[in-house]
Amino acid sequence: MDLRYTEEQIAYRDGVAAFLDKAWDISHARDAGFVDLFRRAATAAGYLYRGVPRRYGGGEQPADVVRAQIIRDAFAAARAPMEVPGNGVALLIPTLLEWGTEAQREAFIPKTVLGEYRWAQGYSEPGSGSDLASLSSRAELAGDEWRINGHKIWTTLAQHATHMFALLRTEPDAPKHDGISYILLDMKQPGVTVRPIRQINGDSEFCEVFLDGARAPASWLVGPRGRGWQVSRSTLRHERNHIGSAARTTPMFDRLVALARRRHRNGRPMIEDPAIRQALATIEGYLQAQLWAGYYQQTLAATGESAGTLGLVNKLTTTNLFHRIAALAAEIIDDDALKAPAQGRDRGGDERWVSQMLGSLGQAISGGTSNIQRNIIAQRGLGLPRPAAGE
Amino acid sequence: MHFDLTDEQKALREMLAQFFHERLGGARAIEAVRETALDRGLAAEIGGLELSGIMVPAALGGSGLDLLSLAVVAETTGRYCVPAPIVASALAAWLVASWGTAAQRDRWLAGLMSGEIAAAFALQEAAGWLPESWTLQGDRIDGSKRNVEWAGDAGLLVVGLGGGTLALVDAAAEEVSVAPVDSLDRSRPMGEVTFRHAVADPLPLAATAPLIDAMLVLYAADAIGAASAIQALAVDYARERRQFGQLIGAFQALQHQLADMSVEIEPARPLVWYAAHAWDSGRADARRTAALVKAHAGDIAVAVARGAIEAHGGIGYTWEYPAHLFLKRTMHDRAAMGGVSFHRERAAALAGW
Repeated sequence: MDLRYTEEQIAYRDGVAAFLDKAWDISHARDAGFVDLFRRAATAAGYLYRGVPRRYGGGEQPADVVRAQIIRDAFAAARAPMEVPGNGVALLIPTLLEWGTEAQREAFIPKTVLGEYRWAQGYSEPGSGSDLASLSSRAELAGDEWRINGHKIWTTLAQHATHMFALLRTEPDAPKHDGISYILLDMKQPGVTVRPIRQINGDSEFCEVFLDGARAPASWLVGPRGRGWQVSRSTLRHERNHIGSAARTTPMFDRLVALARRRHRNGRPMIEDPAIRQALATIEGYLQAQLWAGYYQQTLAATGESAGTLGLVNKLTTTNLFHRIAALAAEIIDDDALKAPAQGRDRGGDERWVSQMLGSLGQAISGGTSNIQRNIIAQRGLGLPRPAAGE
Repeated sequence: MHFDLTDEQKALREMLAQFFHERLGGARAIEAVRETALDRGLAAEIGGLELSGIMVPAALGGSGLDLLSLAVVAETTGRYCVPAPIVASALAAWLVASWGTAAQRDRWLAGLMSGEIAAAFALQEAAGWLPESWTLQGDRIDGSKRNVEWAGDAGLLVVGLGGGTLALVDAAAEEVSVAPVDSLDRSRPMGEVTFRHAVADPLPLAATAPLIDAMLVLYAADAIGAASAIQALAVDYARERRQFGQLIGAFQALQHQLADMSVEIEPARPLVWYAAHAWDSGRADARRTAALVKAHAGDIAVAVARGAIEAHGGIGYTWEYPAHLFLKRTMHDRAAMGGVSFHRERAAALAGW
């Protein structure tokens, strides 16, 4: 156990700090042109897109989870932007690096890195949620293009996407996992209709996407035909960004403590209320556990060891913390909890915590529901048998 | 930045797991707690492992390891519900070696390190566990201490005195008497110790705070070990018990219960390690983390143990099946040295909330 950085790591950290000092200016954070230039400089310095080769516009650095952590900490401290957010960077680029053709990589990765191409993930369908492999949207090869018909749903930010990477059934007679292909398509075409879905918090981050005779070049198939299921399993192999990290929960908890100091009941700060103190300390136990479990998993990743069952509980840990924090906040804000939260970026007053409460449900459902997470822990972690399939 | 046990600590964990599995695994755990007195044969074998000197400096013949290493031992003693005062003796040896006078070291250290002398901590009084509640006074003490683990088998008593100091007391002195307490946790029998003008040999005041914090971390480690063990029992049972024509482990309701236990336990283990490391390296948050982890581990360990017994059905509720040993172990870990809300309030106060 040694929580100190080595001399080499300290020198690296100082280098990142010096770079940020020179290249980043928080007063220009809303200037898109400045942010774009900053990202290019940070990529050239090897701080961003570290797993992406230089020839595709990346920073191309050897995998090093400690350096990745140093960069994240330094950028967070300076409130500087990291990679362009979204599915393109997190999911498509690693998939293309593993399965794509040279032409696909050249066509899509550089523009995704720059944020010019924004990607929607066309996976879930109305009848295929947790049982994703039962999906039925079709792609048929007609000459040199795919003709695509079907219906995707829960497609995050599809209304702003330029492209979609989709799982589509290309071999209808094959067993369900074997008949799916991973195909890219342009969202800006007549056969694609996007309808935003209004969520319980009033926002519209998800959409339905109707595919009616949409087209994609035959060469936009990624990986072998019929192997889309395997292709879609590609995950970031380099420096997985958030291995059970407390990066999102820690600032949220800090805001909760600040809220409890600021709000009063019967003339006393809420933080002096014994029940509130107990509840805060309960949450902090979970938060500290998440924090140190995250550092442990980073060390394991750096040495190439498996985290075993611990590695499977991270999503539930985050979900549970989001929920606990939001539930206590709802108690602390008292009658502000009766208000509907403001929508979009302007979150208004303390009723913003109501949005947090509702949003914590989104965390529980998206990216594999909590019950699916429990199935995975039980079957892959604890070695329990798969339940007999129904119907 | 390396957040993991050392190879030496991992090897220690493996060695102890094998040692205790052979002696206490499965139904042998039940046999081991049939009597509430210390099994001298087992104690002698444990003495051969030289665990008591784990935190004693090498210059004094010990292993010179840290609290994190002793926490690894404590997790294993919880995992196998070990009915022997290993952790207490190791802490007492550290206390005497690091804080005692030359005369105190000459008198006690060799016996503690060989395992010949077991140690017990006599701290709790009617008003509470922690130093502010201690009242016994003077070079010769009168009064009694409650819920002293292994009091009946100890040769050395570490006693908390008024003002928050500690003193060493010879348990064999005729001014010291022990009345057994009918303890819930059969693997850690307790006694009420009464002193009638017994000689108390003081340690410096500065030893008290680190001792208390170390004890809290070690109870947390023990609790995580016991909770892991009872979850493993429930998982094993779910993989062999059949109902409705299938293994009960294939039922999703049971899978989710068992999975949620992992969500509780798995991240808590690195937190225990951090708490020990913070103590070892004198970090500013060491005291608060010790309080927080004591509360957190005790809380979740008992919840896990309850769920694991439920997951077993009727067999889990019988005396002959070992699951209840682990439930009671976690309940002891949760209550000893102050319960969950007590330490959460301490953590809140230490944060300046």
